Amino acid sequence: MTKKTCASILSALIMGLGQLYNRQWLKGLLFMVIWGAGLYFIIFHLTESLYGLVTLGEQPSGMVKVGRLTKMVEGDHSIFMMIDGLIALLALLFFLFIYVLTVRDAYLVGRSRDNGEEPHGFSQSLKELSRKHFAYIVLALPFLAITFLTILPLIFSVLLAFTNYADPILPPANLVDWVGFDNFAKMVSLQVWSKTFAGILQWTLIWAVIATATTYIGGVLVAVLIHQPGVRFKRFWRTVLIVPFAIPNMVSLLVMRNMFNNQFGPVNGYLRAFGLDGLPWLTDPFWAKVTVILVNMWLGIPVMMILAFGVLTTIPRDLYEAAEVDGAGPVQKFRSITLPMVLFATAPILIMQFAGNINNFNVIYLLTSGDPVNPDYQYAGHTDLLVTWLYKLALNQSQYSFASVIGIVIFMIVASFSIWSYRRTRSYKEEDMIA
Amino acid sequence: MNRRPSTIMKLSATYLVLVILTCISLFPAIWIVLSSFKSGNSLFSETLIPRQFTLVHYADLFSKTQYPVWFMNTLKVAALSTLFGTFLLLLTSYAISRYRFAGRKTSLTTLLVLQMFPGFMAMIAIYVLLNTMGLLNSHWALVLVYSSGAVIANVFVAKGFFDTIPRSLEEAAKIDGASHMRIFVSVMIPLSKPMLTYASLMIFNGAFVDFIFADLVLRTEEQRTLAVGLYRMVSQRNSTEFTLFAAGAVLVALPVTMLFIFLQRFLVDGLTAGASKG
Repeated sequence: MTKKTCASILSALIMGLGQLYNRQWLKGLLFMVIWGAGLYFIIFHLTESLYGLVTLGEQPSGMVKVGRLTKMVEGDHSIFMMIDGLIALLALLFFLFIYVLTVRDAYLVGRSRDNGEEPHGFSQSLKELSRKHFAYIVLALPFLAITFLTILPLIFSVLLAFTNYADPILPPANLVDWVGFDNFAKMVSLQVWSKTFAGILQWTLIWAVIATATTYIGGVLVAVLIHQPGVRFKRFWRTVLIVPFAIPNMVSLLVMRNMFNNQFGPVNGYLRAFGLDGLPWLTDPFWAKVTVILVNMWLGIPVMMILAFGVLTTIPRDLYEAAEVDGAGPVQKFRSITLPMVLFATAPILIMQFAGNINNFNVIYLLTSGDPVNPDYQYAGHTDLLVTWLYKLALNQSQYSFASVIGIVIFMIVASFSIWSYRRTRSYKEEDMIA
Repeated sequence: MNRRPSTIMKLSATYLVLVILTCISLFPAIWIVLSSFKSGNSLFSETLIPRQFTLVHYADLFSKTQYPVWFMNTLKVAALSTLFGTFLLLLTSYAISRYRFAGRKTSLTTLLVLQMFPGFMAMIAIYVLLNTMGLLNSHWALVLVYSSGAVIANVFVAKGFFDTIPRSLEEAAKIDGASHMRIFVSVMIPLSKPMLTYASLMIFNGAFVDFIFADLVLRTEEQRTLAVGLYRMVSQRNSTEFTLFAAGAVLVALPVTMLFIFLQRFLVDGLTAGASKG
């Protein structure tokens, strides 16, 4: 038997054994310690946690008779068990991954020994590690942070969509159970849910289209306006018009909410001063929608303007000069040079902004909170988007499972648009050019 | 240059539009600043410029609410998040941009997918997680979550930036015998200053104004951040104490707005780079 197969088999039996066989004593011992600790945790902790993930608890809280007294006994807490189980699952996968790596390491060292090379000592191995696998060392910390603080919670939330974790079934009083695709089915077929869902989905898409189009067109127009030859103080105009972007939008939205106040706000105040009736900006279903779109323009146009400005400055001057020689007027120059160039360069942004607007929580939540309330909707108002509805469902109504269903729907909408656009962007195609 | 009448007409029209746009974009800011100096506490006002100026609302912020405490909390959370977030972002984007390793494509795709989930979908889970770790009502919980979120939000901009730094610089350093760590610290970090400025500004701003997650995690008045305090102030008593809110809003917005205006150049560069998703 060659050394490489021997080392691999030994390593697969007991982690570290292959390394010992390869006479890498310190490394082998280290791996064995990891193996021992891993097995200990798997046997005494992980199996129970994993079992909990499958059952989500079997013992509900309740009164139990102990002798002559009835005592409140705390049952299983399904949600804690679920998180516990998920962490256990991740830990197990991680352990298996390391296991595979050590077997591979034993194989590689065995192979080099077959070729008559001396195995590396421990300090030499470490040096080798930092030379060859610098990227992994650097990425370890961000990897850990993202796994536990983003990926794990997201998996948990996605899983919630397949449980019945919604008011009135709330732990620790009740046990939560897996229900498969029930919540999705309810969302589509149960009248109370489907009506709200269809209405909000429709408004979300309309909102995203209008919000994106208005800020995009507005931004490009403003940039072109400032960029015209002959306009002076370009820097000044740009700086002044950037101000809405510089003010934290949480603050400016709360301010706007007061500005558009029907009775006392200055907007209606000025309208009345001109002898007009004030408009019900935030209380009428239609006008509330108009208001959020107007306010979104105020917030979004500056960003788009900056981006369009960046493109405008890159258009070569001689293009315009050539057009002038050919006798093109300003309108023609704009239509056949400026517009196509800007459109071409900013097309990817359009899709990104569209996706961003679908998830535009702040504008709606801070300005209208989704109001005015729609009596036909389940826990939602006329201006609610899917995201704000998700938020209300989870945090105000404790309808966690339905909130997760909405989250998955949002993800699917955004993902399909993004995949479609990323495929087209330059960076995806040119990826690996510098390898 | 001789100007025809039509050109002059066009230019005047342009200036007119620009002036109107300027008024619209500045109005909310001017209005809230002036309101914060207005006497009385109602939202309604006869004139834009108040008849009497007063500083009493600012004084009230400090005496009636826990504003100074909130301010220090926010500063602490935002500064620490910026520090850790930028550090993690730097490591991730550098490694992904500069090294070709097994699993690189997978990491890129994963980050892309993570960006597509609505941010606070995971909030409940993080809440439960923090609860089990005993980190509820702690600023560290916020710092942790903001920092890891910062990586996901900014990694593509940062990676795009590193992609534009020529390889020859590193190769020269390598020939001079510099190690990976050495190249990273003394060649790459100094070069990435513009990107770092942009990213840290974004992270700082994000941590400074977040009121959703902070509200969920911070349970007591003394632990609150400015954004949460301001949001609560509005949702609970804006109609009655509007001018107090105005003063609060001005003080919250001021530091961030100043930073944005002063660092405008980096912002413009960063935004433009982010848009093309390098």
